[in-house]
Amino acid sequence: MTAHRTDAPSPCRPLRVGPHALLVEVAGTEEAQALHAELLRRRAAGTLPPVTEIVPAARTVLLDGLADPQALAADIVHWDVPPLAAVGSEPVVLPVRYDGADLAEVAALWGVAEDEVARLHSGLEFRVAFCGFAPGFGYLTGLPEHLHVPRRATPRTSVPAGAVGLAGPYTGVYPRSSPGGWQLIGRTDAVLWDVAREPAALLAPGTRVRFEVST
Amino acid sequence: MTGTGTDGRTPGTDSRLSGTDNRPAGGAPALAVVRPGALTTVQDLGRPGHAHLGVGRSGALDPPAHALANRLVGNPAGHATLETTVDGCAVRTTAAVTVAVTGAPCPVRVDGRPVAWGAAVRVPAGAVLDVGRASWGLRSYVAFAGGLAVPPVLGSRSRDLLSGLGPEPPAAGARLPLGAPCGPSTGADAVPWPGPPVGALVLPVVLGPRDDWFTPAALRTLAGGGFRVAAASNRIGLRTEGPALERAAQGELPSEGMVLGSVQVPPDGRPVVFLADHPTTGGYPVVGVVPEAELAAVAQAVPGTPVRFVPVRG
Repeated sequence: MTAHRTDAPSPCRPLRVGPHALLVEVAGTEEAQALHAELLRRRAAGTLPPVTEIVPAARTVLLDGLADPQALAADIVHWDVPPLAAVGSEPVVLPVRYDGADLAEVAALWGVAEDEVARLHSGLEFRVAFCGFAPGFGYLTGLPEHLHVPRRATPRTSVPAGAVGLAGPYTGVYPRSSPGGWQLIGRTDAVLWDVAREPAALLAPGTRVRFEVST
Repeated sequence: MTGTGTDGRTPGTDSRLSGTDNRPAGGAPALAVVRPGALTTVQDLGRPGHAHLGVGRSGALDPPAHALANRLVGNPAGHATLETTVDGCAVRTTAAVTVAVTGAPCPVRVDGRPVAWGAAVRVPAGAVLDVGRASWGLRSYVAFAGGLAVPPVLGSRSRDLLSGLGPEPPAAGARLPLGAPCGPSTGADAVPWPGPPVGALVLPVVLGPRDDWFTPAALRTLAGGGFRVAAASNRIGLRTEGPALERAAQGELPSEGMVLGSVQVPPDGRPVVFLADHPTTGGYPVVGVVPEAELAAVAQAVPGTPVRFVPVRG
């Protein structure tokens, strides 16, 4: 037994999700990204039990399609998960025209001139924390806290494909035209989602992303 | 680009499927939709493995019925079928083909003559197969020997109504290619014919991951009954009307991964059971999960059906 392991609180909390899944809750987004990376490493190395889905989110990672979730739950609390590596493969660079419909509002919230928004946003490096909302829509972390902005009070019924938006701690790019409530600062011609392409999603969890001012 | 279909024929040849021309066409066999019904979609076993990209599993809402229809016409379980909703559909085939209708029981006719439900039926070239209104349940499955050969997307021919992936729900006049039959229909020793729920749709719910976001009273309310299937239910989820579940924890839950069968509780307190086209991540607490084997009955539950959740502690 592991009775001697009482020195520190477990860094992760596995929660039961039905008969075949496990939701692993960690302290925050960085920890979730680090755990996700570790799960992918272990799956590639063949040391993770067979699993259908590994779904990172804001502060959890979901494992679905497990034969014995309780066994993994008992094991995972003892894992030593290394912190997220600062570098890795080269970031995906997305050229953006910073002329979004909410540019003035974001500039006001940030307390800067409108053209400063482009300079500040394109000067940051982001990472896809998780996807959702629509196929290929990535929630990108990397905005410092003082640049977090609220969602629009009234969502738009239609946001064009390629629109670059901000909401809370996240930046995102709409893969296709859809309703949306994020504050729009610009637009890219990059194709975020194309089922005829391999891979279909330009941005997957863990992908590093930079935006570049395009004229 | 000439816009040729997947079977290599040019769009111009599709005109033979329109109007009253019943002659069998050359080339690959196909269906022409005569009456699409309330909602008919192409479904197979779905596209698991892409949830981390925001792509749900999708697939037939009643997998045993889908698999049985395929088995009756000699197809593997993964071949694509038509999933109809409430009032069936009608199609005309360009070549003679073996079909089977399962799921919600309904009258089946070929050129107006009644034929068997839940059995392999030979449909002559040019004849109209009419799948009628469900006598109970909601969704019937129509399998064709060889399956529907629409182009797969991420390994599946399923239409996902939430993400918009897979073939559009076919409208009247739409043409769907058929694959080559795998072999003779072997039939089935027994055709399960589950009846409608007696009294109530009883759903076990494995509590968690967020049952601690609800008060003990809310969990008693969940177990106490009083829920009914709401008319707003669809392939994304079975919505309920009835008592509201009271939250113990206020505030917002950060977005987290969702599994098939999740019982998510939105701010109005009425549980929603997530079905095949559910979102892959979500921000409302999941009080428990209905095991997958129970979801076929959920797929056939008509609005107004009483629902009784039976909480199961892990």
